[in-house]
Amino acid sequence: MSETTPDARGIAAEARDRVRFEEEALALSDQVYRVARHLSNSREDAEELVQETYARAFRSWRSYTPGTNLRAWLLRILTNLNIDRGRRTQRAPQTTPLEANDYYLYDKLAESDGSAPDEDRVVERLSQDDIVSALSEVPHDFRDVIVLVDIGDFSYQDAAQILDIPIGTVMSRLHRGRRILKRELADSVLEDVT
Amino acid sequence: MTELDKDPCAHCEEMMQPYLDHILTEDERVEAEAHLDECDWCRRRYRFEESLRVYVRQAVNEPMPAELKQKLAALRIPLN
Repeated sequence: MSETTPDARGIAAEARDRVRFEEEALALSDQVYRVARHLSNSREDAEELVQETYARAFRSWRSYTPGTNLRAWLLRILTNLNIDRGRRTQRAPQTTPLEANDYYLYDKLAESDGSAPDEDRVVERLSQDDIVSALSEVPHDFRDVIVLVDIGDFSYQDAAQILDIPIGTVMSRLHRGRRILKRELADSVLEDVT
Repeated sequence: MTELDKDPCAHCEEMMQPYLDHILTEDERVEAEAHLDECDWCRRRYRFEESLRVYVRQAVNEPMPAELKQKLAALRIPLN
């Protein structure tokens, strides 16, 4: 008798694999949400996006290769859905973003302090709202990379695979995106002062 | 004349992100650290950037709503 015929044991083994996959995927949901929250423009969008991601992941679990990076696999689904669903609407127009040099934010904060600040304390001048709002102003192409690498702790390589862009592009967008973020933060701090 | 000789602080600024990302070559890292050892102005800005990165990560860390977790669990495909 052929051993490849699907039988009760085969079905049971597949069910076990699927349950294991689902449990592993659910265990990553906090991390997936953290990234989704800032790839989306609102909490509601993020929640919907995460649900769609998991619904799709659970349906297509067989295409995941066990032992590979499940978190990156889930985020690949999520970023594709995010693009497909046209959620990449942005409050600010997609013009060339303002980008200052890397020391700009520190210099602006120091300037508004009127003295050489303590570099560990100066960051506390920024409120949580300042940061969340400044990040939401960063255009998506740049924000996606910042969110994956600086918030999601993905490697450049993983970010490149998730976004389907070359690793060099990940690096240059990250570099520019951080500068744009600092420029946005400096603008919000200066607004608070004036 | 290297770029470093022209404006060491501008060059140091260019190296800040790759330095903090640990992607400089060994020679570049040594060069950046040599400048940081003697330049308080740049050193303060590097430390600020390090604090900023940690601070941003903390500021945007929003816990997942408990209801969402339940909704995700409900999406699991039931066993036959």
